[in-house]
Amino acid sequence: MLDCTPKEIIKRSGGMINPAKTCQPIGAMYAALGIHNCLPHSHGSQGCCAYHRSHLTRHFREPVMATSSSFTEGASVFGGGGNLKTAIKNVFSIYNPDVMAVHTTCLSETIGDDLPSIIKGAEVPEGKLVIHASTPSYQGSHITGFSNMVKGMVTYLAKATRDEKKEQVNIIPGFVNPGDMREIKRLAGELGVRLIMFPDTSGVLDSPMTGKFNMFPVGGAKVEDIRDSGNSKLTIALGYYASSDSAHLLERNCQVPAITLKTPIGIKATDDFLMTLRSKFVQEIPNQLEEERGQLVDVITDNHHHFYGKKVALFGDPDILTGLTEFILSLGMQPVHVLTGTPAGTLTGSGIFEKEIKEMLAAAGHEGRVKAAGDLFELHQWIKNEPVDLLMGNTYGKYIARAEDLPFVRVGFPILDRGVHSYLPIVGYRGAMRLVEMISDTLLDRQDRDAADEDLELVM
Amino acid sequence: MQLMKISNWLCEDFFRRDVINVSTAVPNDNLIMERQSSIQVKGGQRKNQLKCDVESIAGCVSQRACVYCGARVVLNPVTDAIHLVHGPIGCASYTWDIRGSLSSGSELYRNSFCTDLKENDIIFGGEKKLARAIDELVEKYESELVFVYSTCVVGVIGDDLEAVCKTAAHKHGIQVLPVQSSGFIGNKSAGYRAACDALLRLIEPPGGARPINSRRPVKSVNYLGDFNLAGEAWIIKDYLKRIGVEVNVVFTGDSNYRDLKKAPEASLNIMQCAGSMSYMARRMEELYSIPSLQISFLGLEDTAASLCKIADFFGEPEMMRRAKELIKEETIAVQPEMERYHEKLAGKKAAIYVGGGFKAISLIKQFREIGINVVMVGTQTGQEEEYQTLHDISDDGTVILDDANPSELERFMTEKGAHLLVGGVKERPLAYKLGVAFIDHNHDRKHPLSGYVGAVNFAREVYSTVCSPVWKYARETGGGLYAAENSELPER
Ligand code: SF4
Ligand code: SF4
Repeated sequence: MLDCTPKEIIKRSGGMINPAKTCQPIGAMYAALGIHNCLPHSHGSQGCCAYHRSHLTRHFREPVMATSSSFTEGASVFGGGGNLKTAIKNVFSIYNPDVMAVHTTCLSETIGDDLPSIIKGAEVPEGKLVIHASTPSYQGSHITGFSNMVKGMVTYLAKATRDEKKEQVNIIPGFVNPGDMREIKRLAGELGVRLIMFPDTSGVLDSPMTGKFNMFPVGGAKVEDIRDSGNSKLTIALGYYASSDSAHLLERNCQVPAITLKTPIGIKATDDFLMTLRSKFVQEIPNQLEEERGQLVDVITDNHHHFYGKKVALFGDPDILTGLTEFILSLGMQPVHVLTGTPAGTLTGSGIFEKEIKEMLAAAGHEGRVKAAGDLFELHQWIKNEPVDLLMGNTYGKYIARAEDLPFVRVGFPILDRGVHSYLPIVGYRGAMRLVEMISDTLLDRQDRDAADEDLELVM
Repeated sequence: MQLMKISNWLCEDFFRRDVINVSTAVPNDNLIMERQSSIQVKGGQRKNQLKCDVESIAGCVSQRACVYCGARVVLNPVTDAIHLVHGPIGCASYTWDIRGSLSSGSELYRNSFCTDLKENDIIFGGEKKLARAIDELVEKYESELVFVYSTCVVGVIGDDLEAVCKTAAHKHGIQVLPVQSSGFIGNKSAGYRAACDALLRLIEPPGGARPINSRRPVKSVNYLGDFNLAGEAWIIKDYLKRIGVEVNVVFTGDSNYRDLKKAPEASLNIMQCAGSMSYMARRMEELYSIPSLQISFLGLEDTAASLCKIADFFGEPEMMRRAKELIKEETIAVQPEMERYHEKLAGKKAAIYVGGGFKAISLIKQFREIGINVVMVGTQTGQEEEYQTLHDISDDGTVILDDANPSELERFMTEKGAHLLVGGVKERPLAYKLGVAFIDHNHDRKHPLSGYVGAVNFAREVYSTVCSPVWKYARETGGGLYAAENSELPER
């Protein structure tokens, strides 16, 4: 049995046991893949890059391309400037991307390579771009890295080139799957709003089978669109942690007003997203979406008795968790433990995560343990002390699920042991319907499995 | 024909093919100039040395990993150790239980422990936090052994791992071993070495290293370089038992503190993964006078040859008799299934891209057993002699390459019309995108691929992927179905 976690909670200060987060560069790499014709580049030793690519490959089951500065001892003593310059030359001559998106690693951060100057001093071919983000892993998490790379996109690319803003909205979707990005685009599209989404990994990490390998698949936000984002009327940042900072940077740099909303998971967050778009751009929400919303409410009505009073433990990335907690509450379930590995306070406004979740719980008349910068050892201890009926989170939850014999729904990043998830959304009304199906199927499968012969029911 | 094949598997004569030792340069379009000498095609005019064991070029998409990765894969299967990563969070979270090494006892090794260094630790040093982490972990988990892995950052800020570990070991009365695996100090091979150094310290008898021949049980071997992926070490242990050889300890599949300590008592080291363990074998020979044999339990031919080699080493007619009997029995048992797959697969073409050279060599032979020719073979960290052997046993026209990048893999697989790629995590989706079948011969394999059972698993897995109905649809998409009579994709 994989249960090595003692029940008794003692204070710890010597690091993590079973982390609920990972490091910045992988977030930056994922964000960079959301630019069309962009090659992410890891400035550090080869190992980091290999790990980040493997991890993303396991989650998306798609080829993930990225280059590395391939540091050796020399570079780590004398600085990696030479390696980066060589890399820039090689990347454009061999792979010929439009953009090369460089992120740092712990190593290059620690030795203090000054990326902006190195990039300025490098030979970048005419018409090609090198952008960068500083992503030391000893701060924040993969979510911070994602946020930092999106800020890099804004800094290097977005331009305000006209006096009057265009009737278009920027959407920064946050660290969600390509399937979610597609769904968010579809929702905005149904309203008839012209949108610029960046980063956009749909078509890159959920690309169709063609019998050909494309170093640069057809998807991704186009550079000219990201440029034009400086001319938009509004930026909607989905998710406080992954998207808000870049939206505000764009506001400062190009005077595009920014609004931060929850990742649209569940009814209320999706409503908010659509209503925001309506209030700024259109008169009406089309019938099609009214219908979808109605269907969602209908399936919840049909199934709500399965959910009532069930205790849930949730873990994962903060933006996903805020949406998910709200949705779980709306199903009549009770989130008793909510934990993210990403520290609160590395971005503007510390402690927001814990406060926001606690407020939601309080409003629903519940109490629960909430923590940022936690690890799964701690979550496991909480569950041992206050058991739950359902666990939701990424693949690593399976150890806890097995040890405590819990029904388990996989959501978030990374999911390394199941396929298809990255193609299908959990955002929007349809995404919520999918979540309802996943949660109730898991709970009812469990009920069937545990039922005595005489209690097994045909109709549930 | 049929008979000859079986006799190959029975291994009366280990086959050696006549080869022409020549190669041509590779045409250079699409290739990075510096990479040219790392690629050769068997069968041209001139024979030249393949360039390998060098640093990758900055700005290439390399499939390679780092020193820490090498150390981690070797040590991680030690089941009852606390594996503590001293560094920032990522290095630990990417190596959390990704390996599929099975345990018959403790599951402690499947947890992820990390000092989770923060900015402050980088500035002021991480030694205190490390000491704290060891204290806390030792208190929580009963373990007599802690491995502390250093990562890049730790190498740069210069924490004195050695000192912290020593103090902790003293304090708790257990072994706390530093693993010098900062990522930038070399490549994966340097990590193997760092791991072996830690293991050598672990097995060192009190009072220092010395030959201890007297205490040795006569027919006891250490099995080096098997990590018990999907239970592979258990299969081999069983074979050896059947021929009268006791396995003293496996390095490191399903191993534990107590067993590893006994390592110097074995009378022979047999070694599967040479990349990771040849240094260990050499050192153990120097320190404890334990000789070693390079063996391979991949494929029928190699398995049979290895069993004979071991029996031959001990020089006992009875053992040899039992080995031959085992080979015969097992071969006959798997033969019908192997032949069925052979029939279905004959004429298909495979490409290989794996970590080490020795595995690649075994794989070529293993493919031949099921009628498949290898048209491309490459490794991440192959050594010169291994490339020499690869060259020798390959067919004319086979592309041989070191530290390949995805574009090269794509190019040669397409050019050579491979139906199948063998590789690791990052290669899988690449193959699929090309409409090429794939099998994992690395971390993510789910069935044992060693020994006779493994040979059948291998054949079955190859068959199930090469002959999957999905490739039919795969060929139709990409414009083939809707675009009128446009079917430029090759028949696979
Ligand atoms: S060194 Fe830093 S960037 Fe590299 S894998 Fe480790 S935590 Fe991530
Ligand atoms: S930081 Fe160094 S040790 Fe860690 S994964 Fe990267 S290259 Fe390997």
